Amino acid sequence: MTTEPILKVENLTIDVPMAQGTLHAVRGIDFELRRGETLCIVGESGSGKSLTSLALMGLLPKKMRCKAAGLDFSGIDLQRQTPKAMRALRGDRMAMIFQEPMTSLNPAYTIGDQLMEALLLHRPVSKAEARARAIELLGKVGITAAESRLGQYPHQLSGGLRQRVMIAMALMCEPELIIADEPTTALDVTIQAQILRLLADLQREMNMAMILVTHDLGVVARIADKVVVMYAGEVVENGSAREIFENPRHPYTRGLLRCIPVPGKTKPGEHLGSIPGIVPSLIGKVEGCAFRSRCEVAEDACSSPVPVRRPGTDHAYRCIHDIPEGASA
Amino acid sequence: MARTIETVAEELRAPSPAAILRKRVFGHYGLVFGIAVLAVIVLIALLAPLLAGHDPYAQDLVARMKPPFWMEGSDPEHLLGTDHLGRDYLARLLYGARISLSIGLFAALISGLIGTAMGVAAGYFGGRVDLVVTFLINVRLAMPVVLVALAVVAILGGSLQVVVCVLGLLLWDRFAVVMRSSVLQVRDLEYVNAAKAIGCSTRRIILLEIMPNVVNNLIVVVTLEMAHAILLEAALSFLGLGVQPPTPSWGLMISEGKQMMLFEPWLIAIPGVALFVLVLAINLLGDGLRDVTAPENRG
Amino acid sequence: MLIFTLKRLGLAVLVTLTVSLLSFSLLFMSGDPASAIAGENANATDIEAIRVLYGFDRPFMVQYVDWLTGALAGDFGQSYYFKLPVSTLIADRLSTTMLLGVCGISFALVTAIPLGVLAAMRPNSLIDRGALFLSVMGQAMPSFWFGLVLIVIFSIQLGWLPPSGSSSWKHFIMPTIVLGYYAMPAIMRLTRAGMLEVLNADYIRTARAKGASETRVMFKHALRNAVVPVVSLAAVQMGFMLGGSIVVESIFALHGAGYLAWESISRNDLPTVQALILIFSCFYIVFTFLSDLANAWLDPRIRVG
Repeated sequence: MTTEPILKVENLTIDVPMAQGTLHAVRGIDFELRRGETLCIVGESGSGKSLTSLALMGLLPKKMRCKAAGLDFSGIDLQRQTPKAMRALRGDRMAMIFQEPMTSLNPAYTIGDQLMEALLLHRPVSKAEARARAIELLGKVGITAAESRLGQYPHQLSGGLRQRVMIAMALMCEPELIIADEPTTALDVTIQAQILRLLADLQREMNMAMILVTHDLGVVARIADKVVVMYAGEVVENGSAREIFENPRHPYTRGLLRCIPVPGKTKPGEHLGSIPGIVPSLIGKVEGCAFRSRCEVAEDACSSPVPVRRPGTDHAYRCIHDIPEGASA
Repeated sequence: MARTIETVAEELRAPSPAAILRKRVFGHYGLVFGIAVLAVIVLIALLAPLLAGHDPYAQDLVARMKPPFWMEGSDPEHLLGTDHLGRDYLARLLYGARISLSIGLFAALISGLIGTAMGVAAGYFGGRVDLVVTFLINVRLAMPVVLVALAVVAILGGSLQVVVCVLGLLLWDRFAVVMRSSVLQVRDLEYVNAAKAIGCSTRRIILLEIMPNVVNNLIVVVTLEMAHAILLEAALSFLGLGVQPPTPSWGLMISEGKQMMLFEPWLIAIPGVALFVLVLAINLLGDGLRDVTAPENRG
Repeated sequence: MLIFTLKRLGLAVLVTLTVSLLSFSLLFMSGDPASAIAGENANATDIEAIRVLYGFDRPFMVQYVDWLTGALAGDFGQSYYFKLPVSTLIADRLSTTMLLGVCGISFALVTAIPLGVLAAMRPNSLIDRGALFLSVMGQAMPSFWFGLVLIVIFSIQLGWLPPSGSSSWKHFIMPTIVLGYYAMPAIMRLTRAGMLEVLNADYIRTARAKGASETRVMFKHALRNAVVPVVSLAAVQMGFMLGGSIVVESIFALHGAGYLAWESISRNDLPTVQALILIFSCFYIVFTFLSDLANAWLDPRIRVG
């Protein structure tokens, strides 16, 4: 893949003013993404993954301040766009799927109204055409009897179906970039796998760039091309999925990988890894490595600025230690 | 991550209107203001005989319609002037505070007892009790309060006691509604079940386990209904069918002043402002209490 | 939806019956209605004659059923004071009160909903603070006093509006404001709170993610959901307002049903009072019934099984 990246994020920072001081929720995020690629942002609750994806869409709550050295979407500087221009992009060239299918659809309108709205807002098509497109997409996301579903209200559908509707809605205008923020967290385990497969298939079929925000490494292993590991608002490690899974360097990434059982490798009764400690407060000035309070190899120097190390062209991590391949942390 | 967004959103979410009002308009002092003003009015009511300097009933036909101190020709003897019968307006205003406060207090007490009993019973026992109480609330809400109160007071004769009883018997609806829903919320909580499990009597559970947890809502409704009762008494007296002359009720003073408001608008301005300030103070107190005692602000 | 409607209708009928029983028993609250009608100077024979004439000698329930069947057919008996059928009296006056009620609630809705929406769109802004200030003032202001203040300012000082009467639309301006101002604070607070809650909902974010404009988000996606409880409140307030029209009509000498109520109460004209209480209650019952239906219709979760 030698094409230009469709999305370039450089040094993205999000600050949240709070009563007790400024919360530095996201600090210095960099990544880039090409068409047809899937980027997974991994991290635990509170690591800034969702805020990052909302920032890309320009959907952060007004009070949060977001700035970046570069925020470029297929040649468009997202930071320079007027609200109106951002609206024209949203839902058309970039779309988003949210975590809570149960509450993400407007209870007062039918599925059909809401699907058609996504197309009618951006394309000069007739209602009949929008309706035809809605039926087509409902079929695509695997909803049977699509035509009769159009007249139904969200409360009449199950969570899995609603998430399929959300996906169909995001795809109405054939976006170039789709951002899925933990799209399966709220669903049953059996449904989760179906929805993920669906997303992966559609992404390939429509040649979209996809950002998948998740805390589930099992999911990442299956569909990611690139992985960004976030901890407490920072990218601690990023690289190709292969590199991250085969040669994790950062102690946090290694800890995360130890937490998932691997069929055939994890022996019955063996102790799965866990990372003790809690995430530090990000209010006020944050310095040094945020992970040091929980890190097994932390030392005094960890509280000073941390260098970014690049063991390969498509692999980088942030640690004061130069951690060799495969060495246990 | 979702949790962060939620907490952040929680942080950003605007608090209740009353909270904003308290914080923004009165800079945190709404509650303090309410309490202070109310305390002053209560003191005035208690000390009325000492402060007034005049008998509120004493007529002096020579000194009729003296203007208040800020107007020309005022009499330093009568700071707020005199009414059409030459009664000292300040004295009537001060004694009027007694009428309004006692109406508010006793009407809220009576309606509070009725409404709380009904609401707690409905919330705690549910089932048929709840059905009956809900039905009674519906019936009560359907009846036009002003009209029924006027009619009953007219039939029974307008004394202070009658007005208090009639308002007390009419204004229990909000108590019942609020208590019912508050009790419903705590009824099935663990500590109530625990009390049941160790065999506490129903009375004990209601009084010791449930009431302390809903009493903050009760207090807020008390303030609301006090204000409501005071306004209603004033309206009844204004219409000439509440407290009867020569009792110095503020509503009655406005009604009497109405005849002459063309030339002497201060006659209605003074008792009107008094009424407004009293009700405002009670409302601010209620709003403030609601904010302070809201569960999320506890601990 | 049908079952819901029927249940709700059943409740409405039961409430109406109970209210009618209560308002009828008002007649006996004063003790002996016959001696009340006969007046202070009547002797025992006269009173007895009146008792038989009006049928007060019959058992209470018989009288009640008699009155109720009459009422259902639109016959509320004779007014003691006006010496006219009560139904004629009320029919003459009701249109004025209805007009006032409609104007009042419209005024309240037209001012309170936009204010509530604006306040919710910019919490803590000048508009928000102003709106809250207005609502707190409104709640503490006795409506009869507010009416008098308006008369002093606009009729006496400025001479713009007539202080009393009902012969032109100008006569209705001040009564409308007074009556509407009474309902405004509650509607505004509820709109604001509802909008604030709805604006935090996930589906609002979805609408924004689709690229919908702020206006579209506000009015199509948010207000539609926030307005549901406001409809109920408006119905309840409308019922209260008709009851409250007695105060407003007496200040502005608008000869509507509220004014009639005041006259008949002052003159102990019980048949008229009973009929008016029942009619005002029925209005409230009908309004809340309709608003429940409107609510069910607005909220597909109730409308569609």
